[in-house]
Amino acid sequence: MKTALRAIAVSAALLAPFASHAHKMWLLPSSTVSTVDQWVTVDAAVSNNLFYFDHVPLRLDALAITAPDGSAVSAENAHTGKYRSIFDVQLKQNGTYKVAIVNKGLFASYEENGQRKRWRGNAEKFATEVPASARNLQVSESIGRVETFVTAGKPTEAALKASNVGLELVPVTHPNDLYAGEASKFRFLIDGKPATNLEVVVQPGGTRYRNDQEEQKLKTDANGELSVNWPAPGMYWLEAGTQDDKTSLKQAKQRRLSYVATFEVLPQ
Amino acid sequence: MRVVAKLAGAMLLMSASAVALSAELNLKLEIPRLDVAEYHRPYIAVWVENQDQSTAAQLAVWYQTDKKKEDGTQWLKDLRQWWRRGGRELQMPVDGVTGATRPAGEHVLSYKGTDKQLANLAPGKYNVVVEATREVGGRELLRLPFEWPGTQKQTATAQGKTELGAITLNITP
Repeated sequence: MKTALRAIAVSAALLAPFASHAHKMWLLPSSTVSTVDQWVTVDAAVSNNLFYFDHVPLRLDALAITAPDGSAVSAENAHTGKYRSIFDVQLKQNGTYKVAIVNKGLFASYEENGQRKRWRGNAEKFATEVPASARNLQVSESIGRVETFVTAGKPTEAALKASNVGLELVPVTHPNDLYAGEASKFRFLIDGKPATNLEVVVQPGGTRYRNDQEEQKLKTDANGELSVNWPAPGMYWLEAGTQDDKTSLKQAKQRRLSYVATFEVLPQ
Repeated sequence: MRVVAKLAGAMLLMSASAVALSAELNLKLEIPRLDVAEYHRPYIAVWVENQDQSTAAQLAVWYQTDKKKEDGTQWLKDLRQWWRRGGRELQMPVDGVTGATRPAGEHVLSYKGTDKQLANLAPGKYNVVVEATREVGGRELLRLPFEWPGTQKQTATAQGKTELGAITLNITP
């Protein structure tokens, strides 16, 4: 019974890694304002409380770090433990780095010979791995991003260019230029076009030591933009999610899109 | 008549620039003596701020410059207002601006209107900003308003509470 329950829980997690709002995914950098040649160390976890490791680590398989000149940087000393993953990044260039975990995938459930089957993979594998005889086939797609930003010296924007796939944030206010008491503006895009009327939640860290979640519930305007007020300095978590039918595979009826970012808001 | 007006205008211009040439900015800055177990000299930045808080001129930045020790530039970001307002865009060291940290006591900074730090400062209203931050210590920032070059002698004072002592700004037109 326990095993069966666990199997269901695991497959549910596999099927809907971004649909669940119960757990928060995040990357937490040791600092966001730095200088060239310095290191930052980043924690990656999935948790209930911000920013505490109390549930499971965030896997680093899809980690992608972009340097200020747009080139890819590999993480050093990566390790996944019981509650969190960690890795180090050396900031060898002046400018802004984007640290991202981008999960893209297709999820299928079907019946074959009277047995219920579940599958995950990409479009190429779908053709060979999911049998044409599959009955009651249900396929969904998901693209999820978990990001944070770190700057050596002067903030730059080359690494923040949108890939125009899925739900993304592009800066109006630079994400490493956020200050308590000042409003910051961000633009959200879906496949490169403004994500209008998108629900976005912003929440400050430190939830373990207060009663109120202190969530700000915001919505993007006709340009896909919104303005965030930061009541106090600290680390903040931002999440947005939506779904549409613009899938990359005709069998997939639904596409889930999610975006998460961690921002550091500095004191004046 | 037109010639006279032009002449008068030229004389006015000459006298205005003559004022700017003789103008001076003098700052007396006290670093307090602190009774703490672990004392490190503070990092200090002094700059001229426009009314919109953008930077008009860099005057002084004192940081750990000893090459035998750990690279001191990595902590410049802790002068966080200075860092945001232009420090992060500078290549260290800056000739005539940067220098080694200084001990507790009174320090005097003097600049002539012709010195390169102030040569490009247009007439107008500004603040001198003094920011101090200390390893395993606190941070403090003080602003002293002034008009450059002004028409008469100006004095502004500010009193720090933790990382800075008394600061006196004197402007001579």
